[in-house]
Amino acid sequence: MSAQALMRSLAERMRATIIAHADELTALDQAIGDGDHGINMSRGFNAIGEQTDAIAALPFGEALRKAGMTLVMKVGGASGPLYGSALMEMGKASAAAPASRDELAGMLAAGISAVKARGKSEAGAKTMLDVMIPVHAAIAAGSDLGGVRAAADAALAATRGMRATKGRAAFLGERSVGHLDPGARSTALLIHAVCDVLEANGVAR
Amino acid sequence: MNRNVSIVIVSHSPDVARGAADMVRQMVGEEVRVGFCGGNPEGGLGTDVGKIIETIESVWSDRGVAVLVDLGGAETNSEMAIEMIGGERAKRIVICNAPIVEGAVMAATEAAGGSDLDTVRATAEEFQS
Repeated sequence: MSAQALMRSLAERMRATIIAHADELTALDQAIGDGDHGINMSRGFNAIGEQTDAIAALPFGEALRKAGMTLVMKVGGASGPLYGSALMEMGKASAAAPASRDELAGMLAAGISAVKARGKSEAGAKTMLDVMIPVHAAIAAGSDLGGVRAAADAALAATRGMRATKGRAAFLGERSVGHLDPGARSTALLIHAVCDVLEANGVAR
Repeated sequence: MNRNVSIVIVSHSPDVARGAADMVRQMVGEEVRVGFCGGNPEGGLGTDVGKIIETIESVWSDRGVAVLVDLGGAETNSEMAIEMIGGERAKRIVICNAPIVEGAVMAATEAAGGSDLDTVRATAEEFQS
């Protein structure tokens, strides 16, 4: 499979996953956020979908930067700059597609740094970082795709017990405990989508 | 025209943004340029980085621009907008940690007197209802 076809598959699978789970994301966000996460993420990934040809034609790093900028401009909520900045910094870190596990881990680390800076947040605040960081650790430690998925699922489940200190959920204090974080859920969904595409195309195991 | 700090209001709701800007204009007149925007790129509740950039540029003052926001996404998107404007101008744009309506009125009142950006911001942030 060509790099261009792989990029197209990744974009399409991520979009389809977000659309399929939009209602769930919105329901999670209504519990502890402002209730628009599914709608906003759908708008952003549909916008990427409309530009898939242009994005897939670019070199890897530029493709990620263009996809990230699309999310920044189209999402309409904080998740736009958060996911958008992550993709843009990952694109800057990896001009070409990662050719090794170390390069992949390095690219994801750049995304994590971008989210920390944009969201002024760290691990444990009940955010998307609480999935990104354990997934990075699993990749760095040598996990296969099954292990990466399992790390994402376990990390997502762990956000249920966390108390939010960022965003609208922070106002709820203790009442945020007992709910999955919607941003952590969308991150886990996207991780699964990427793993599925890489597995189906034999890019990684 | 640009002798005072300008004000930009960014709300999730276009109606809230317009209403807050109307209140500021009625209270402090035309001495201070007030820009506002609200709504996501499709017009629903949310904020729009592109519109925030346009709004800041539409009321640009070399003395600076004080931005008032409502909820988290408005702040994150405003920070992104300021970063994308970049360069020297970005250093003269601040987001005030203040309630959107009261903060905008207090900031504009201070700005109307010719105060600098730091003072405008401090006045908005000191406001306690």
